[in-house]
Amino acid sequence: MDFLNAVVAITNLLIIPATTYGAQLALGALGVTLIYSILRFSNFAHGDTMAFGTVVTIGITTLFQSWGISLGPLPTALLALPFAVAITAVLLVGTDFAIYRFYRKKRAVPIIFVMASLGVMFVMNGLIRFMAGVKDQTFDDGTRFIIKARDFKNWSGLDEALALRTTQVLTLVVAIAIVAWLFWFLNKTRTGKSMRAFSDNEDLALLSGINPNRVVMVTWVIVAMLATTAGVLYGLDKAYSPYTYFQLLLPTFAAAIVGGLGNPLGAIVGGFVVSFSEVMVTYVWKKVAIYLLPEALEPNGLLQLMSTEYKFAVSFAILVVVLLFKPTGLFKGQSV
Amino acid sequence: MTQSMRAILFFGFMAALFIIEGSTNFWIFSGSWNTSLVILNMALVSAVMALGVNLQWGYAGLFNTGIMGFVALGGLAVVVTSLPPVTESWSAGGYRIILGLVLGALTIAGTILMRMKLPQGRLRGVLTLAILIGGFFLYRAVFDSGVQAVEAIDPSVTGNIGGLGLPVLVAWPVGGLLAAGAAWIIGKTALGLRSDYLAIATLGIAEIIVAILKNEEWLSRGAKNVNGLPRPVPYEVDLQQSAEFVANAASFGLDPVTASTLYVKIGYALLFTAVLVTILVLSQLARHSPWGRMMRAIRDNETAARAMGKNVTRRHLEIFILGSAVCGFAGAMMTTLDGQLTPASYHPLRFTFLIWVMVIVGGSGNNLGSVLGGFLIWWLWVKVEPLGQWLAQVLTYGLPEGHWIAVRITEAAAHMRLFTMGLVLLFVLRFNPRGMLPEN
Repeated sequence: MDFLNAVVAITNLLIIPATTYGAQLALGALGVTLIYSILRFSNFAHGDTMAFGTVVTIGITTLFQSWGISLGPLPTALLALPFAVAITAVLLVGTDFAIYRFYRKKRAVPIIFVMASLGVMFVMNGLIRFMAGVKDQTFDDGTRFIIKARDFKNWSGLDEALALRTTQVLTLVVAIAIVAWLFWFLNKTRTGKSMRAFSDNEDLALLSGINPNRVVMVTWVIVAMLATTAGVLYGLDKAYSPYTYFQLLLPTFAAAIVGGLGNPLGAIVGGFVVSFSEVMVTYVWKKVAIYLLPEALEPNGLLQLMSTEYKFAVSFAILVVVLLFKPTGLFKGQSV
Repeated sequence: MTQSMRAILFFGFMAALFIIEGSTNFWIFSGSWNTSLVILNMALVSAVMALGVNLQWGYAGLFNTGIMGFVALGGLAVVVTSLPPVTESWSAGGYRIILGLVLGALTIAGTILMRMKLPQGRLRGVLTLAILIGGFFLYRAVFDSGVQAVEAIDPSVTGNIGGLGLPVLVAWPVGGLLAAGAAWIIGKTALGLRSDYLAIATLGIAEIIVAILKNEEWLSRGAKNVNGLPRPVPYEVDLQQSAEFVANAASFGLDPVTASTLYVKIGYALLFTAVLVTILVLSQLARHSPWGRMMRAIRDNETAARAMGKNVTRRHLEIFILGSAVCGFAGAMMTTLDGQLTPASYHPLRFTFLIWVMVIVGGSGNNLGSVLGGFLIWWLWVKVEPLGQWLAQVLTYGLPEGHWIAVRITEAAAHMRLFTMGLVLLFVLRFNPRGMLPEN
């Protein structure tokens, strides 16, 4: 019984949240990695791109709700998502036309692109504040829980409760669908193949008649989809606020680098590595220890390795260890 | 137009802005010398930060996005240097905290030493893990009990260990030293990386430093803030009570209250100007020395410099530490000016990326340019809000009061700052990438 309780406790507050967060990070990191492999720079505006997509989704969701449109048990935001992706894609392609294209033509060094992305970051951050202010916003509607804590307790007769929220399941389902589509697209379609060729060797790709502008445009559209979805899922699961989204930049980068920058599979694994380490290090192990250890060994403290405020330190520590010992990441990405 | 003519023109324009701010209340200007001096003081601090970043980026091409962390360390330096020590806290657990930190440092040092001595292999891996895990639990055991004891002491007033009780001006170089120490550790690990990795790594470090300030209440009181830090200039109240000062103020035709606030702010402005000029002159001297030329040679062609036998990593580490120390110095100045440490106020957009905008707009590689950028961008940062409100008024002219478009635009005007800064950065990068005063 104690063992089952311990398993439920771990599942409830460690495995489920970490899996959800990992899926969200993986989608974000996929965007970073795609930009890195096709456009060859680290996009500092990525966190704000996610925020922009989320803000647009919130706007459309509110509109739909006022019209009385809903998805029943699912959040209305899911219905708004495609429209938000389209609008974000227009913004990103527009940004590319107005800003990045100029530097690409000049064959500027990557650091100039990063600087330009800082400018874009500021502008987008301003934009989202214009549109939605700075307060926390939740836009989750529909059925909240798939498994309610009380129902689970009654059903299983355990002391520990297990709750499964709709948004958590939704995150996983949507993330798996998008990743599956992305891999199919990159590996099977002509455009996807040309993107990979462009990423492997730009000159050779140009020589074989691949249109670079088209590749870049498709990349931005896919990035818009990934970033908006990641942002919306994160917002549904937790809440939207401009500052939290800006701060997502660090774990997202960490995930992309840990997996190997430029490697889509690595980005996904990296997302889960970062999320699981973050949650495990900040998890309060006391309850689990009480269930599993004999009474004589019961702990006094919370058995928390680090307080929650230091979760950034975790993504950062992983980042540094990987950069020092395996600069190409867990899966072979592009290095240096 | 020659470079020096441009410089004189731009700085003249800047001076005019501050004079107009003080003397007329037309358009977006407030007509208060007090406000003008408030903006000027922060502009001086920003200019020092910009000089620090220019050392790293302009001289050596290092992309450091952790400025916020170094500035925050400077702020912490003011607390640990100038506050009087809290004796009860020290006797309760202060020494245990120090012991814990020493144990932690020993663990890391021991691991590094062991890894250097032993050959690569399974034994080394196992030992690394064993030392790290054992050391961590030992450190936590000692450290946590100390922290609990300290934070329990009168938490609404102190709850921290206080400082050394030294004059607050000493805290400024200490801020530089703290930042330099952090920069040494960061530089040792991250400087070998390619440029955007360094940017991401420093971004992370800055977040961690601020998280420490927010969380370690025994040190910085966290969210409870540290108020009432000592000042290098007299207090307004004391001045108003001094008969001599009141008489002097009257001879200028000022009432004692206004005179005392101006007096204090001018005092800060003079101190900051002295620091700014000193650092500017030193940077300029460094730039024209053989060392400065070597730096630029490394920046422009690292491979060639390496081939000439220059130790690139070592030089990068040097300038990274120097630039960060300048930022720490400025951070200490800023906290002294505020008179309080508010860990929650450190925001990367304001303390890292805004400084970057200053350096790039002013002219990377040019010290005078960075100073100019510091002044101009800070002025803009403060004034964008009234400017936005004015714009909102113009746009909504004729609309009835409380019309939803008018309400929306006025709300949006409050968020003009970041948007404008981004546009300024993008325009400068595109059309004038060398900045207002280019490097010559």
